[in-house]
This record gives sequence, C-alpha cells and structure tokens, in this order.
Amino acid sequence: MSEYQALQASPFLRRGRILAAVMQALLFASAALSVLITGAIVWVLVTESLPFFTQVPIWDFLTDLQWTPVFTDAHYGILPLLSATLWAAGIAMLVATPLGLILSIYLSEFARPSVREVLKPILEMLAAVPTVVFGYFALLFLTPLAKQFIPGLEGFNLLIPGIVLGIMILPYVVSISEDAMRAVPMALREAAFGLGMSRVQMAFSVIIPGAFSGVTAAYLLGFSRAVGETMVVAIAAGQNPNLTGDPREGAATITAYIVQMSLGDLPHGSLVYSTIFAVGLVLFVITLIFNLLGFFLRRRFREAY
Amino acid sequence: MNDLTNARSPAVTTASPLSPEAPVRAQVADLSFWYGKFQALHGVSMPIEDRRVTAIIGPSGCGKSTLLRCFNRIHDLYAGVRYEGAINLMPDGLNLVSRTVDPILVRLMVGMVFQKPNPFPKSIYENVASGLYVRGIRTKSEVEGRVEKALKQAAIWDEVKDRLKSPAYELSGGQQQRLCIARALAPEPKLLLLDEPTSALDPIATAKIESLIDDLAKDVTIVIVTHNMGQAARISDQTAFMHLGNLVEFGETEQIFTNPKADQTRDYVTGRYG
Amino acid sequence: MSGEADLEHAATMRLVRAKRVQDLVFGVIGILVLIVVMGLLVTLVADLLIDGVGRISPEFLTSFPSRRAAGAGVLSAWIGTTLVMLVTAAIAVPLGVGAGLYLEEYAAKNILTDAIEINVSNLAGVPSIIYGLLALGFFVYGLNLGQTVLVGGMVLALLILPIVIVATREALRAVPSGLRESAYGIGANRWQVMWSYILPSARPGILTGAIVGLSRAIGETAPIITIGALTYIAFLPPAPVSATPPWINFDWLNSPFTVMPIQMFNWISRPQAAFHVNAAATGVLLLGMTLLMNGFAIYLRYRLRRLVRT
Repeated sequence: MSEYQALQASPFLRRGRILAAVMQALLFASAALSVLITGAIVWVLVTESLPFFTQVPIWDFLTDLQWTPVFTDAHYGILPLLSATLWAAGIAMLVATPLGLILSIYLSEFARPSVREVLKPILEMLAAVPTVVFGYFALLFLTPLAKQFIPGLEGFNLLIPGIVLGIMILPYVVSISEDAMRAVPMALREAAFGLGMSRVQMAFSVIIPGAFSGVTAAYLLGFSRAVGETMVVAIAAGQNPNLTGDPREGAATITAYIVQMSLGDLPHGSLVYSTIFAVGLVLFVITLIFNLLGFFLRRRFREAY
Repeated sequence: MNDLTNARSPAVTTASPLSPEAPVRAQVADLSFWYGKFQALHGVSMPIEDRRVTAIIGPSGCGKSTLLRCFNRIHDLYAGVRYEGAINLMPDGLNLVSRTVDPILVRLMVGMVFQKPNPFPKSIYENVASGLYVRGIRTKSEVEGRVEKALKQAAIWDEVKDRLKSPAYELSGGQQQRLCIARALAPEPKLLLLDEPTSALDPIATAKIESLIDDLAKDVTIVIVTHNMGQAARISDQTAFMHLGNLVEFGETEQIFTNPKADQTRDYVTGRYG
Repeated sequence: MSGEADLEHAATMRLVRAKRVQDLVFGVIGILVLIVVMGLLVTLVADLLIDGVGRISPEFLTSFPSRRAAGAGVLSAWIGTTLVMLVTAAIAVPLGVGAGLYLEEYAAKNILTDAIEINVSNLAGVPSIIYGLLALGFFVYGLNLGQTVLVGGMVLALLILPIVIVATREALRAVPSGLRESAYGIGANRWQVMWSYILPSARPGILTGAIVGLSRAIGETAPIITIGALTYIAFLPPAPVSATPPWINFDWLNSPFTVMPIQMFNWISRPQAAFHVNAAATGVLLLGMTLLMNGFAIYLRYRLRRLVRT
C-alpha cells in the first residue's frame, strides 16, 4: 500500500475530513441564517399587517389626514405619523450634515494622527450611549432649557428630539464619510498642494468631490438610522399623532406609535395589533430603500479606489 | 522519456535520469499551470532526484515559485487555478496535481518552507509538533522524540532545547527559518520544498541555512527556489533554469554554471540580465 | 523692474497668507464643533450624575421596583439584563463568527455570496424596533414562546448579529496571509486551519466586535418594549444553578423579565419627579456599563494595533 493510500485510509484523517465538512455546512448555515432573518422580517410584517390592509383601503391609509385607530371614529391615515417621522429625521439631518462634514474633513485632513487617535474613541463613546439615556436628556434637560429661549416650545416637541437624533447619528455619519475621504488617493492631495491650494481649498475641491459617493452614502445611511430611531422620539416627542408644520409641537412618529401600542395590552389578532405591523412595514420599506442606496453607493465608491 | 522531447519541452535538456545510481523521487511531466486565463507554466518536464538538492533559478516572474508551489498544491487555496500534465511521485507514480488527488494528503507528504519565516504564534515545541498533530500523532513520547529529532536535523536544537515552551516569535529571523525547516521535517516528508528560504535573512543566517541544506540532503529530497545564483551553485546538485514560464535548461549544477548549453542560460548565470 | 518683482512678491505673500488664514479658520471651526459635540456628551453625563448618582446605594441595587419611588430599586432589572445578555452572547457570538468566517474564508465569489453580503449590510440598518416586531409576531405569538428571557435574548442577538459578522470579517482580513499558507502547508484541513490558526489570531478583533455588539444590546430598549416585556416585575427568574442535582437548570430562560433600559424608560414615563431621579440613577448605571464595555473594546483594539506594529 502506498503512503497516499495509507493516508486516504487513515481513520484519524477521515474523522478530520468529516468534521471539516460538518463545520463547513454549519458555517454556511450561519451565513444563510441572515437571509432567513430578512425573510422572516418581511414575512411577519406582511402576514401580520394583512388583516389591516383587508379592512382599511390602502388609499385611505396613504391619504387620510388622521391617525386615530383606538377612537370609535377610527381613522387610519399614516400621514401624521409619517410627517412627524420625517420632521424629526429632517431636523436630525440639518444638524448632522454640516457638523458631520466639518468633523470628517477635520479628522481626515487636518487632525494629526495622534489627535485622531484620541478623538475617534470619544466619538465611539458618543455612539455607545444608550438611546433611552439620550431620551432622558432630551426630555428632562434640553427641552426645559430650550423652553427659555424658544417661545411656544411644548414640553413634547419635534425640535429637540430631532436635534438629539442629529447628534446621535453624527458618530456614524462621521466614521463612514471619514473612511471615504481617507480612501481618496494621496496623489490627488499632492497634486492639489502642487497647484498651490490651501488645505481648505484642497478639501472642498478635491476630497469632497473625490469621496462624493462615499459621503453621500454616509448621509443616506444616517437618515435611515434617524428614521428608525425609537426611544428619543418616543420619550421626548410625545405620543399624540399630530399632522403639523410646526416642529415646536409634539407629534408621534411611526416608532413612537409602535412603542405606545406595545405598552398597553395588545390583543393578538385585533385590528389595533395589526396596525403596528402595517406602520412597521412602511418604516421597513423606507429604511430598506435608503440602506440599499447607501450600500450600492458605498460599494461603487470602494471599487473606484 | 518521450514526453521530455515533445513540442513544449525545454529547449535544451540532457538525458534523464542524469546519474543512473540516483533514483528519481519525482518526475515533472509536461506540467502547465494557469492563474485564470494567464498561463504561468508551459509544459515543464524535469526529474527530481532522490536525496539530492534540485535548485530552480531564473529572473523574477519566470515561474520558479509557481512551479515549486505546484508540488504541494498550495495554489489550490486560490480560486481560478488550473493544472495540466503531471508531477509523478515515485515509486508509485502518484500524480500530485491530479484533480482526483486530495491536496491536503499531498501536503502531508510534501513539506514546505516559505520565503518569509512564518512560525505559528505558538511555542517552539508546538510549532514543530503541529505537523505531527494533523497526522494524528499525539502520543507524548513519540511527539517529543520526533520534535527533538527534527530540531536536531534543522541544527537548532542546541539553541532552543532549554526554552521549548517559549514563543517562537522570540527567536531571531534565521532561527525562525530553521524552526520552520524543523516543522516541515518532523513528519518526515517525501519532498522538502524551500521557496527562497534565505531571501529575508542576513548573510550569517543564510550561511547557516545553506550548510544545513547540505547536511539534510543526505536524508531528504530537496527542491529549492532561489534568486541567488551563488547559492544555487553552492548547494544544489541539479539546476533548472526557467524563463517566462518555460524550462529553458536542466542539468547538473556544475554543467549549468560552467558550460550552459542555451544562450539564455549563459546570459543569466553570467549576470547579463535577471 | 525690481519694483514690479517686489509687487509680484507681495501679491504672492498675500495669497500665501490668505491661504494660511483659511486653513487656520477651518481648523478653529473644526475644533469648535468638536468642543460642542464633546460638551454635549459631557453635559449629558453630568446631568445624569447630578440627578441620579445620589440615589445609587446598596438598597437601590437590591430592591425590586415599587410604587413608592424612594423604596424602589433595580434588582430585577440588572439581573434580567445579565441573564438576557448571557442568552444574546451565547447566540450572537457563535452565529456571527460562523457567518463571518464563512463569508471571508469559505464563500466563493458568486451571486449567492453577493446576496448574503447585501443582506448582512441591510440587516445592520434595519431599525431595532422592526426586530421587535419580528420577535412579537414570530417568537412571541408564532412560536408561542411568550415574553421570556429567551425571547429577549434572541431578539437582541439577531439585532447585533451584523455587528459581530462585520467585526469578525475585519479581524479575519487582518490575519497575515502567510499564516494561512503555512497552516495549509503542514497539511491541515480547512477547519483545522480555521480553528487552530486563523481564529486564535483573529480572536482579539472578534472579541472587540462582540463587546461592542453586546454594549449596544445592553442599552437597547425598543425591541424589548415591542415584545410586550414592559411589565411590573417584582420577582427574580429561577436561579440557573441549584444545590440539588442536576445543579444546572434552564427554567430561567422561560421566565418573564425586565431589563435596565426598560426600567429607566418606565420611570421616565412617570409624571412624578421622584421617579425621574430613579431613572437618572438607572441611567448612570447603564451608561457606566456601556462606556466601560466600549472603553475595554477600544483598549483591546489599541493594544492589538500596537502588537501588529511591533
């Protein structure tokens, strides 16, 4: 028997081969599980909201100006929840976009490596603060403080939670856009300096255009986060569906509504029970669109360099 | 030996086996290799004689490392590679690059030492024992005996015998490389492949490894890739000169360096290019 | 002639000075933004500390929640958090490391792998409350598991799975390819290479990712609320170890529970200020836990980077 045949026949090596095959199957299963999770999310959202959409015409759902599912005169228009969600996320973007841009340019182009080594962990710490703590801060510290400067600001309002959301997504946005900016090849920077540009000119005429799709992806993903954030708005923006054009008023977002309903006793199978899945489905679709856009922009950016 | 003289065989070849008293350990027969669409080896044929040192030389990019890495199928770790032809391991003529041969079993029979010393982040002892463990050799006395033997063969035993449990990373570069040779020797391989084993080392460490290779050739069949022609001349018995994926010339080392038959070989060994 | 050259020189100097001023101004703006952001973080921590730190006492840690704010504590909450985290870690770490290992070391570049990658990146962006809805519809009612420690742990595990996967992949990418080749070179099979060589090398990176993931899970509130776990819990789950055989029991998995962030949210929602003090105290503890975990992760990564450099 040749050595190769002996090795082939070795029971020890055969056991090793079997273990390796079993582990490969298990590892594949864990990777495939992530697809199953997405599938389960879609399946649960669709099947559990089906009773809602069989009773409420989709047109009413999208155009009715009131959301009063537990009233006797029930209305099922998602617009009040959607507008509050977009208000809060929009204010968050107003805060996060300029601050994020300045911070990421500062970190990638201005800060010395030693400074960056200190600053990045601090930003990570900011990202680690539990959302419920941010909610406490918005409701019990910032709102009372802001009331002294902003006349007409209600105890529950969209403005303050919006600003806090902006601060919350800031570390995330900065980390992605800084990565994108640092991926811009050094040669482009040298060329810009060679043309006699200042660092600021270089940042705005070379780095931002060069990292544009990556930076855009950061903001798309940040927006998706702001839209899906729950605790800050649930705590500080109130739980009253309110179609308003004034961010000083309180209004329930989609996420706040889901929280509010979950706090009470939700009879499984009731129409009210299915409303949280219906609005959840809308939330999922919105975030999915922004996540996918962000993903593909980011990937295209990575392939460019 | 018809396959040695077909259209894609080397331009110049001497009769093979070169010395009748030296049996052939492995026969490379019309071996071609592709990385995706790029053909890196073109019909290479040469014998590897038993318990002698065969050097593969040539300018960088000539395919010498690619050829060496076929012997233990390390190419198989990467997608899109393809072999044609054969490396027949004697005496049974097992084709190492055949699709039906398990590359893991090939690696159990063929040891390899890489360009950069790459001991595992474990102790010295564990490093040498690792090749035994994957074969199921776990009996403490047997493992200890074979670790000691391999370390002695690799001429590093005296330097490490008192600190077998310390991390391999504490050794110097040259010691690490000799440890890697011991690791490859412990399971008593049919072939020992050395891929530019001294290119990352200083001259003193290099000299140690060269004299070690000389000693080892009494017991082990060695194939070494080197970009250092002096090294090939000093330590090898046979030399293969490669260029652009072709085996240009193969013969006794002395003949290759003193009386090359192909012009390309002469230009290279006399330092006109490379 | 020389006057013209002087003029030109002066113009150049003005331009250089203008550029320097530009850079200086932007640098100052950058630092100002940093100060504002950091100031907010400091204010938040200080506000919580001022409101809540005086409330933290041994009694606070060993009392159940109560209708009387002054007598209430977080015993059931911190024990609940501990147990839920055990479940989360036990599920998310093996699954996340497994998936990361598969995607990085096994998967061929094909459509299926691509689909899994898009999917993982998308899962990372799914709002946490959607995971709550998944758990409510699937675990609580679909599988009839109820609002238990097991379900809480599972939903948080799903939530942090993408974090663990991404961290695992990054850690694996940092493993030098020479190690891979030499491990295969001694004739180890794929699993032996992974288990004995690749995973140990990637362990600090994976650990960092797992800690960051768990610190995220510890503060998550929305999905736990959504499964309907916001109830008055004035008892402890059965102990996981007992004095009689078989010594270990898993009844605690099926016990109702509450966790720290839920307890904090509960107290924020009360109108009485005394409960807000309890909320702040809980917030201090929660923040302390997450910052400690993140600080440890940052330290690990810092040490790892130094190890790689040397």
